[in-house]
Amino acid sequence: MNEQVTTVAANERRLTIARAMAEAIAQEMRTDPSVFVMGEDIAKLGGVFGNTRGLLEEFGNERVRDTPISETAFMGAAVGAASDGMRPVVELMFVDFFGVCFDAIYNSAAKNAYFSGGNVKVPMVLMTSTGGGYCDAGQHSQCLYATFAHLPGMKVITPSNAYDAKGLMTSAIRDNNPVIYMFHKGLQGMGWLGTEPGATVHVPEEAYEIPFGKAAIVREGSDVSIVAVGMGVHHSLKAAAKLAEEGVSAEVIDLRTLVPLDRDTVFNSVAKTGRLIVVDEDYKSYGVTGEIIATIAERDVSILKASPQRVAYPDIPIPFTRPMEQFALPNPDKIISAYHNLKRARTWRWL
Amino acid sequence: MEKNSLQEENLTPTKEQKFWMYRNMLVSRFLEESIEQIYLEGKKPVFNMAAGPIPGEMHLSNGQEPCAVGVCAHLQPFDVVTATHRPHHIAVAKGVNLNKMVAEIFGKSTGLSGGRGGHMHIFDADVNFACSGIIGQGMGPAVGAALSRKMQGKEGVGVAFIGEGAVNQGAFHEAMNLAAVWKLPFITIIEDNQWGISVAKSESTAVPDNSVRAQAYGIPGYQVRDNDTYEIFRVAGEAIERARKGGGPSLIEIETYRLAGHFMGDAEGYRPPGELDGLKAKDPINVMRARLGSEEGLTDEQNDRIVAEARATVDAAVNFARESAYPSPEEALEKVFV
Ligand SMILES: Cc1ncc(C[n+]2csc(CCOP(=O)(O)OP(=O)(O)O)c2C)c(N)n1
Repeated sequence: MNEQVTTVAANERRLTIARAMAEAIAQEMRTDPSVFVMGEDIAKLGGVFGNTRGLLEEFGNERVRDTPISETAFMGAAVGAASDGMRPVVELMFVDFFGVCFDAIYNSAAKNAYFSGGNVKVPMVLMTSTGGGYCDAGQHSQCLYATFAHLPGMKVITPSNAYDAKGLMTSAIRDNNPVIYMFHKGLQGMGWLGTEPGATVHVPEEAYEIPFGKAAIVREGSDVSIVAVGMGVHHSLKAAAKLAEEGVSAEVIDLRTLVPLDRDTVFNSVAKTGRLIVVDEDYKSYGVTGEIIATIAERDVSILKASPQRVAYPDIPIPFTRPMEQFALPNPDKIISAYHNLKRARTWRWL
Repeated sequence: MEKNSLQEENLTPTKEQKFWMYRNMLVSRFLEESIEQIYLEGKKPVFNMAAGPIPGEMHLSNGQEPCAVGVCAHLQPFDVVTATHRPHHIAVAKGVNLNKMVAEIFGKSTGLSGGRGGHMHIFDADVNFACSGIIGQGMGPAVGAALSRKMQGKEGVGVAFIGEGAVNQGAFHEAMNLAAVWKLPFITIIEDNQWGISVAKSESTAVPDNSVRAQAYGIPGYQVRDNDTYEIFRVAGEAIERARKGGGPSLIEIETYRLAGHFMGDAEGYRPPGELDGLKAKDPINVMRARLGSEEGLTDEQNDRIVAEARATVDAAVNFARESAYPSPEEALEKVFV
């Protein structure tokens, strides 16, 4: 469980997502006594994925609480505490475990503001790990982005790098609504999970916010728009680099937050390129990929030069064995093939 | 291997039962030791869970063998067992096909699930064994199996093995009440190894002894101290016999030892210094061997033979797994529906 902080230049602080999350939480805890953290193995261990490391030492076990394995109780408790003046940051170790505590999340946290006509606030952050790729099978590898994003009343965020991870965490803690903070295990900077180096980037020391609902254009291009979240952003950047060798100019959009969703940035990009590929490690059907394509289709289908393509997880439980899992996961090669399919597809006839 | 007859009169183990338990403890331990070594292949010098012939999380059961053999000595293949993310010892004692189980842990096509499940999802329908990675999840299904047997008028009990950490899940309490109110042939076995990952039982659980919780459901509760194989055998025998005769559910908490980390790669910084050495000094396999020596006259030569047989059983399963082919990637799309 080793993570790395590398100082490259004098004023460059390269942090892992794990470190960036912990730093944002610590800074908010210093200035706001209502912020506290609870979850399984988040205190002494500093979180299985390292994102609460150092908090127990600085803030003590009144504000940094290891819980029993009682998600139903502590998720409900987070809702209650949040409605009573606290700002809990609560960890669900793997998103796959949501089944044990979903009632508190979607029937309570997500709806109480509305039920109360806006009189009750639930300012809680639920941080939870997502994603596979390391053979942890079907109860420890899911993304479930769409499951949360589908249900109204929760903001859903999915950082792809440490800079965003810190700013989004700060915004999440200061937000007056429930925020589901979904971090991908493969981006976390934990060596034992085979981390993606592109996620470890410069992070300013002072606290800063990143507004929700603002996608980032992480690479500009003119031939095709590749829209992704989390790990998919890194796959897309790799694919874009390879496509560039073929003379194809790909634009890559990191959605950063799924709720609220920056439909304008996506639309404007596709209006420019005329081609769309959506990348998602969550299950294909009824998910992020369909939502993005619907955004374009609904607003103005005529901007498309070809049928959009999606690179998503097939609609199967996640298999354990490496060949099957790698077969099912999105990767840069699949994005490149998607581009070639898109080029092969007929252009619209009726225009 | 002979183990028992269904009509248990005497709740001290017979000679056959003692040897059955000892052999299964050995097979289980040798299996874990083999997996431990193979798991590290490809993971040095950099420990990356995704690498090597056995990737993913790995939760070993070293030290917890008495819980598995003491209970399963009273079970038949038709009895239903659910286990946890730490399932190997229980699977061995329940009679899960070892070759196919190890092949599954390797993710091979000859595995129990053709590589789809892996170490946390071992399913062997032939002996009614299943396990899962969600804490407390096995409680409901084991109660459901007990319900099904009762409704169908068929023989068999449902047994849910869980860790002491799982007792704090709502699923535990709801399932206990359901089993009790419907008087089902159900037994829950709590393997109390004192730790839920890094969190000590005393910091997560309001009562030191979970057997007292049985009172809340009006059912018998037992606590077995010090990982005592014979005592586990005795109370499990009593509880299972009562369930078979229509006497309803029971709860058994066993004080056991986790001699390995929570999962492989766990630095165990949370353990108080010296704890592990103290536990290793009480290794239940050594205790069992000494008992067989004094009670049944087990000689060194006999022991060597038993040890060699157990090792050979494990080696054969490991070889079977190593030599088996990986499934083809496209098979991932099959078996979603049956
Ligand atoms: C619902 C759920 N919450 C959390 C986890 C993560 N987790 C895996 S094992 C474990 C500790 C379990 O402790 P215990 O039940 O005592 O079993 P042990 O690991 O000691 O065998 C936890 C918290 C999980 N798998 N499922």
